[in-house]
Amino acid sequence: MSNKVIHAIYNDDDVLMDAVKQTRAAHHHIEEVYTPFPVHGLDKAMGLAPTRIAIASFIYGLIGLSFAATLMNYIMIVDWPQDIGGKPSFSFIDNMPAFVPIMFELTVFFAAHLMVITFYMRSKLWPFKKAENPDVRTTDDHFLMEVGVHGDEEELVSFFKSTGAVEVKVIEKH
Amino acid sequence: MYTFSSKLKTFSLILMVIGAIGIGVGFWSAPKTVEEVETILLEESHGHHDQVASHDAHAAHDAHADAAHQEHVNHVFHQLQNKPWAAFYVACIFFMLLSVGVLAFYAIQQVALAGWSPILFRVMEGITAYLLPGSVIFLLVLVLSGVHMNHLFTWMDPEVVANDHLIQGKSGYLNVAFFLIRAVLFLGVWNLYRFFSRKNSIAQDNADGVTFYKKNFKMAASFLVFFIVSESLMSWDWIMSLDPHWYSTLFAWYVFASFFVSGITAIAMVTIYLKSKGYLEQVNTSHIHDLAKFMFGISIFWTYLWFSQFMLIWYSDIPEEVTYFVTRIEHYKLPFFGMLVMNFVFPLLILVNTDFKRLSWIVVMAGIVILAGHYVDFYNMVMPATVGDQWFIGLPEISAILFFLGLFIFVVFTALTKAPLVAKGNPLMEESKHFHY
Repeated sequence: MSNKVIHAIYNDDDVLMDAVKQTRAAHHHIEEVYTPFPVHGLDKAMGLAPTRIAIASFIYGLIGLSFAATLMNYIMIVDWPQDIGGKPSFSFIDNMPAFVPIMFELTVFFAAHLMVITFYMRSKLWPFKKAENPDVRTTDDHFLMEVGVHGDEEELVSFFKSTGAVEVKVIEKH
Repeated sequence: MYTFSSKLKTFSLILMVIGAIGIGVGFWSAPKTVEEVETILLEESHGHHDQVASHDAHAAHDAHADAAHQEHVNHVFHQLQNKPWAAFYVACIFFMLLSVGVLAFYAIQQVALAGWSPILFRVMEGITAYLLPGSVIFLLVLVLSGVHMNHLFTWMDPEVVANDHLIQGKSGYLNVAFFLIRAVLFLGVWNLYRFFSRKNSIAQDNADGVTFYKKNFKMAASFLVFFIVSESLMSWDWIMSLDPHWYSTLFAWYVFASFFVSGITAIAMVTIYLKSKGYLEQVNTSHIHDLAKFMFGISIFWTYLWFSQFMLIWYSDIPEEVTYFVTRIEHYKLPFFGMLVMNFVFPLLILVNTDFKRLSWIVVMAGIVILAGHYVDFYNMVMPATVGDQWFIGLPEISAILFFLGLFIFVVFTALTKAPLVAKGNPLMEESKHFHY
């Protein structure tokens, strides 16, 4: 079976938004949309599920907090409870205020870094990754919508022409 | 135009009446003589454990112990006499500063040319209407303290000052005349700003051009400069001087954060109330969301300042400043740490969620906890210095809250009926109506 896709190219984000809405209304499956900058409301128009990265970050923060608390408790209270300048090292809670700066920073550190790494992993980004760019102009001033071809090719092309595309191409995808 | 529902009006009047009666009873039942305190203390020690009583009887023979006992009774007598005053003072300053917090937020929104908030300006103006009656009552309390009707400010007592080297050194700043002049100046300027900005805001409704809007902008900018200076001095005068031996440099910011977040919470709650009654159609969940974000952010800002003040003093443990926290942790353990849960942990966990910040009932619930928490915050600042370990959140305290809450509701909602709820002339109004986040 041939794996054909349509590349409809636009040069305005408003036209793109309208085209995405029409395409969705006509029940064509949008594979991907390439834009040079974030288009406000595009994810909603495409019907993408909201991101859960904030939830992940919250959990990472809790992990960081637990790590910091365990670390400080083990070192300062359990392992070698020295008297350092009269600080009360009898129990964790006695000396807690002194640990708060560390607990705070490690919470932020874990929440931020692990979230960023999660983002890289989920969006498959790394230093020597081969760029997946269907058309170089999409990083500058053009918008590209990729739609899988199912059924009548001619009809699809004319449909996308009617949505204001400056260019419509049918491409064999491997 | 908003009409003050008769139900809410009656409710506020009932609050005021119940509160006033309770305040009266509080003053009436405070001990009037040292002998009364003696019997109270005797009853307490009998009630708790008989051993102490017999020990007391034993010690009574000793002349030295007798003098110490007399001093203790005198001390407790002053504390118990202070109780109804302090209860009134806390509620009074809390509601008054809450409206000042709204006024500061209002000025900031204008100076920042915020596009989302103009739709809420009339709500803010309504809340700041409480500033005038609130500050009049507050000033009255300060004057009464100045003429020795009570013993809230120990440095106002010439007998205390005569024996206190530290207060003598501060008497250039802490003397009744200068103190009252400062209070009149600060309250006066805040009220003047409130009066004129409100007047211009209403004048802008039917004006051609934006002259009044520009006037308000300039006035807000000047007010903010004056405000931050006066706020600093205000917090030393009205709160820190209750403990005249203690000082902290970031105290003013700490007090500011406390009433600022209370003010924002009050804006959110009044807005949600008005919206639920069908006024303020153009206020959408995005506006509520923004207010909730401010509640969340400033709550954490408050915690940051609380902790910075606490931790620095705890860490260095210098006797002359650490007593402030020693008395609080010893005698006020539950309110002192309980307010951390109410003002930090609870809003942190509830308002961190974006979806929750759009739900009215969650914002209202968080708001109630935040407001109660910041009342306790003021309670913790005032009570240890005035009533010491004789504190209790009983009739005088709750009555004072009810009275001022009733007055607050009455004044605020009366003011809301005086002008249309949407300020027409603001050039950012159109953006604000369509604000969407």
